Amino acid sequence: MKPIQTINGPAAILDRANVDTDQIIPARFMSRARAEGYGSQCFYDLRFNQDGKPRSDWQLNTLTEGPVVLVTDENFGCGSSREAAVYALMDFGIEVLIAPSFGDIFRTNAGKNGLLPIVLPKHSVQEIKDILRSAPGTEISVDLPSQRLCAGEMDTTFEIDTRLKYRLECGLDELSATLQQENRIAAFEEEHLVSSTWRIPTKNKEGQKGPP
Amino acid sequence: MSEKVDVTEPRGTVAKIREAHRILSQDGSDLLYIDRHFLHEGSHHAFDRLREAGRSVRQPKLTFGVADHYVPTSPDRATEVTAKMIKRLDRNARDFGIDSFGIGDPRRGIVHVAMPEQGLSLPGTTIVCGDSHTATHGAFGAFAFGIGASEVAHVLATQTLWQTPTPIMRINVTGQLPAGTTAKDLAMTIIWRIGTDGATGHAVEYDGGAITALSMEERMTLCNMTIEMGARSGLIPPDDTTIDWLKGRPMAPQGAAWDTAVTEWRALRPDPGAVYDRELTLDAGEVAPMVTWGTSPEQVAPVNATVPAGADPDELSYMGLTPGVPLTGIPIDRAFIGSCTNGRLSDLRAAAGILEGRHVAVPLLVSPGSEDVAQQAEAEGIADIFRAAGAEWGASGCSLCVSMNGDLVAPGERCASTSNRNFRGRQGPGARTHLMSPQMVAAASITGQINDVRIIAQQTNAKGMS
Repeated sequence: MKPIQTINGPAAILDRANVDTDQIIPARFMSRARAEGYGSQCFYDLRFNQDGKPRSDWQLNTLTEGPVVLVTDENFGCGSSREAAVYALMDFGIEVLIAPSFGDIFRTNAGKNGLLPIVLPKHSVQEIKDILRSAPGTEISVDLPSQRLCAGEMDTTFEIDTRLKYRLECGLDELSATLQQENRIAAFEEEHLVSSTWRIPTKNKEGQKGPP
Repeated sequence: MSEKVDVTEPRGTVAKIREAHRILSQDGSDLLYIDRHFLHEGSHHAFDRLREAGRSVRQPKLTFGVADHYVPTSPDRATEVTAKMIKRLDRNARDFGIDSFGIGDPRRGIVHVAMPEQGLSLPGTTIVCGDSHTATHGAFGAFAFGIGASEVAHVLATQTLWQTPTPIMRINVTGQLPAGTTAKDLAMTIIWRIGTDGATGHAVEYDGGAITALSMEERMTLCNMTIEMGARSGLIPPDDTTIDWLKGRPMAPQGAAWDTAVTEWRALRPDPGAVYDRELTLDAGEVAPMVTWGTSPEQVAPVNATVPAGADPDELSYMGLTPGVPLTGIPIDRAFIGSCTNGRLSDLRAAAGILEGRHVAVPLLVSPGSEDVAQQAEAEGIADIFRAAGAEWGASGCSLCVSMNGDLVAPGERCASTSNRNFRGRQGPGARTHLMSPQMVAAASITGQINDVRIIAQQTNAKGMS
């Protein structure tokens, strides 16, 4: 994961609340390996008609280049836990999401992959949209260390989970960080499973397969 | 050394479980130990990561796999992709030493149906799976929630998960569910009341007489649908119903371990005076058979209502409906009974009670939640009732809930479904989904249109009504 300090780039508006992850990445694409990329499948059924032609009612189809920042409405990424939704958005070129709220699991998945989900109050999101509409092509810049976001003349701050911020700034893989706590995990695990042996599944009754 | 919470303060069940699993805290995040990790075919991303990093699974004995999302309901709908995905899970399970229920394994079924059957979902445990409906296992008084692929890889490698502690919402349901309504209708009523972001960022804990009256299967349906309120998880504190259901299950504790477990489980009940971050109270007597009309679970209404006047024109255009149209009488093109929401024996039995002696007017696909459910349904004559009614009795799996296995609703087709999401295109591009209870789907499949099952049942003196 590359470290994030500042992100600048063109922004696009998606005027739609409750965009669920089925819309972001339809299930039929999810057998793809990560390396195959998910960018072409992002928002597939909202972008394209069934005959494969771009839909005239899809807001993002008017863009000539993929946005770096997507500004949208509440509960973005609700529904299924599919992490492929994050892959699709990132492979499409998006690095920052701005919304009044996000689906819970989606928000976590985004953070794990370095896609920055920024929660702003609804009125601030509206203000950004107004700026983008009045001056199309306005770039948005995000400064992670200072938690600042600028869009045209608007200059605001945002909240972010402390641990997530640290990880994104350092480009730190969470798994490596956790494994530094191996001793404490091992000590907890031993006590936890020994004091409550019932937590360990009863194995190998007749007719039941165990691991090879 | 982790700072301990003051344990003299009264706590609810979620709080007790979280605290008992907290290894350490760092910058406002807790590192939780995970007692159960369930996997399905979607785990391929996580296993690829483990292979790339050269890591092994820390606790194979706490990890279980099952093929469900890609399993065809009929061999003639199998594809290269379905075969590939199922084989991939088998191979990953074999290579990493994990017990996984593949095709032909009598324990196989939809993950949130099969694992509880095996006695793997226990009170007081933390349970995760790369599927949002993992909340289902909260019915057993477990802290259970869905995670993404990165987190799946993390749990495989460390048996732990970082969690920002979420606020806890208590939903108290008083009174009694009226005849002809179900736990599914209760869940849909709550979503109608508070919306799909009504419990966002919260762990939900249920309480009240209407909750304790629910059977285990009904509790699983309710906890399953809790995710559609935006919640992280839904939990029902364990009681005698829970304990009686679990006793003797294949992988549940036995002997002295069972006795110890029961003692610890009873101590999980919320303490008197436990305080929650949010409270909601609902009277179960208000619940009616519910039907979704739009493309989100919150776009729902009682069956005798109409499509609301203020509905989004874009949604209505997709669904082919107009404001003011009564839900009763909307014609359907096909029907589906199954899914982790309503694919259990009691669900099939209730639907069969409506269908007995009748014939379907539209194609009805029934996918029992597991091999075990299928077997019991055969033994009880339920499968015969479905077949005699002209329904297709398919293999068990996620099937038309998410349409990854070759089952599809065609563009523009209207499907009455017992699943949990009516998102655009979920059952197939252009598919129009109407969510409802198993009995309601049965009634709709007989008449070829959405109908109040209570009226249909009276007309046929069906056995499905309590």
